[in-house]
Amino acid sequence: MASEAVGSNFQKRVIPWRTIARVALVVFFVLFLAVPLFNILVQMVTNPQLLLRQLLIGLTNGAYIALIALGYTLVYGIVELINFAHGEVYMIGAFFSLTLVGLFSLSDETPYATRIPLMLLILVLTMLATALLNAAIERFAYRRLRNAPRLAPLISAIGVSFVLQNVGLLWGYLRFPAFNGVMGSNAVAPKSYPQLIPNDNLLAPLEGVFGEAFRLRFTTKDLVVIVVSATLLIALYTFVQRTKIGKAMRATAQDRDASALMGIDVNRTITLAFLLGGALAGAAGMLVGMYNGTVVYTLGFTAGLRSFTAAVLGGIGNILGAMLGGLLIGLISALSDQYISTEWTNAVVFGILVIILVLRPNGLLGEDVQQKA
Amino acid sequence: MTNAPVLELKNVHTYYGNIHALKGVSLTVGKGEVVTLIGSNGAGKSTTLRTISGLLKPRQGEVLLEGERIDQVPAHKIVERGVLQSPEGRRIFPRLTVKDNLLMGAFTRSDKAEIEQDLERVYGLFPRLKERVAQRGGTLSGGEQQMLAIGRAMMGRPRVLLLDEPSMGLAPVLVEQIFNIIREINSQGITILLVEQNALMALGVANRGYVLQTGQIVLSDDAKALAANEMVQKAYLGIE
Ligand SMILES: Nc1ncnc2c1ncn2[C@@H]1O[C@H](COP(=O)(O)OP(=O)(O)OP(=O)(O)O)[C@@H](O)[C@H]1O
Ligand SMILES: [Mg+2]
Repeated sequence: MASEAVGSNFQKRVIPWRTIARVALVVFFVLFLAVPLFNILVQMVTNPQLLLRQLLIGLTNGAYIALIALGYTLVYGIVELINFAHGEVYMIGAFFSLTLVGLFSLSDETPYATRIPLMLLILVLTMLATALLNAAIERFAYRRLRNAPRLAPLISAIGVSFVLQNVGLLWGYLRFPAFNGVMGSNAVAPKSYPQLIPNDNLLAPLEGVFGEAFRLRFTTKDLVVIVVSATLLIALYTFVQRTKIGKAMRATAQDRDASALMGIDVNRTITLAFLLGGALAGAAGMLVGMYNGTVVYTLGFTAGLRSFTAAVLGGIGNILGAMLGGLLIGLISALSDQYISTEWTNAVVFGILVIILVLRPNGLLGEDVQQKA
Repeated sequence: MTNAPVLELKNVHTYYGNIHALKGVSLTVGKGEVVTLIGSNGAGKSTTLRTISGLLKPRQGEVLLEGERIDQVPAHKIVERGVLQSPEGRRIFPRLTVKDNLLMGAFTRSDKAEIEQDLERVYGLFPRLKERVAQRGGTLSGGEQQMLAIGRAMMGRPRVLLLDEPSMGLAPVLVEQIFNIIREINSQGITILLVEQNALMALGVANRGYVLQTGQIVLSDDAKALAANEMVQKAYLGIE
């Protein structure tokens, strides 16, 4: 009897924080966000052309965000570490590719017959470099901490992130034609990337045929970003789903000890996950550099935030989820840029991150994270 | 035993941090034998198997496979040498299909045609698995998962098969079935080291047995003799 009473008292004292948080979010949503959101909705409906334009931009954004998001998800899936240095690997990829562009003296005047093969070569070399960089980061900054409390590798990751940002900053000081500069020129300033892919609007003919309502913009650049990203995403997905090594990677993500008992070299599999994630980040770095026409050492922060949110939105650890999340975050950012304001987009993305973590920490396609432990 | 041991532990000490889990375990498993390791909860049975498989490195002592030391060899290399384990709690890959789980067992092999044959052999042992090849491992019942864990280890063509509590949590009919399969696997010439809570059944299939108590071997004998031993009857067979 006595112990029962204690038990029930104890139960009464349990504060349902999660429920409170959910209710608070809903109230906040209704009070502060419903009106502006409704307003945005009206704008979207009344001007579908603008909406379509933004969605096209979002598609391109989504493609590269998905590439970076995969790096977070691959690594988290296998070592349960949020690789905070990942955005920086992407930034280094952008610098590395721009450096190669300079070394090969590529410009918008290089004939296509040599330009395209060289660009492909640069893409491959950049992916190789960032793959190795990412694997080296794992080897030197995370591996020793694998069995340490979780905070330790996380802090190590943040440290690596600072180091790489400063590498990017120093890189900007190089006396290098591609950095439009001589020694002492402003390292902090964005370095301009030559216009290697034409910026012509592929949808221009639509306007001629269907009238002004179809004044949309989708350039060769957009097409290249989407085609290259999609190719890499499909290649990665096929690799992970179909090949023996890919399956071993998924097995290692699900149960490391059991994988070792199958004869899988767990360390090598983890290295592979970092190599793949790094390669995709490098590709994204080059694509975005070419797309935006600039490279700057702070590039990794925003991209990292958006891609990490994309990975969480899709369900961290889930490969299809990262792709879906990337696409959604790309679309949402583009819409926010237009209908809210570019300054607010990071806040919007952060807000989404918070909402997912509270309401659905496993993401859209995620497995039950709790069960995994 | 007259033949040289396939597997031998000599004075093995294994730790978890400061916890001294194995305190000088020595045992041998001869070619073609079924040897069982019995003991109560926390005695160190799983620790012994994890040490053999290389998931844990002993701080002292030796593990020998056919006379060669393997105690400092990485776990995945020990699998390559033909020591396969079906671990405690099954540990199947919940989000891989049944077939992919089985194929993971054959990870170290590249002989495609023979892997296909072995798949059929495993389906022969466990017809239930064949009906569920495309299903995710995590959706199987406990008994089916146990079959999958054993089948998966079989896919590695073990010379030595380590089984950690294969009957745990199974209904009596299934327990019977699992032990029959253990006999069948052994009759194919595979050496087995069997860890069990179910001492009665384990001593029924085993040639010899060891009794482990708080990290030490306290008794070893022929299975029949152990089953007749008063101390074993009291502590592990529930016979007063
Ligand atoms: N990961 C671990 N960390 C610390 N101590 C551990 C760990 N695993 C096992 N131990 C300890 O080592 C001892 C032996 O454990 P082990 O799992 O080998 O026992 P067991 O004989 O397999 O028991 P059971 O029949 O319950 O499976 C126990 O005292 C246990 O508490
Ligand atoms: Mg055990």
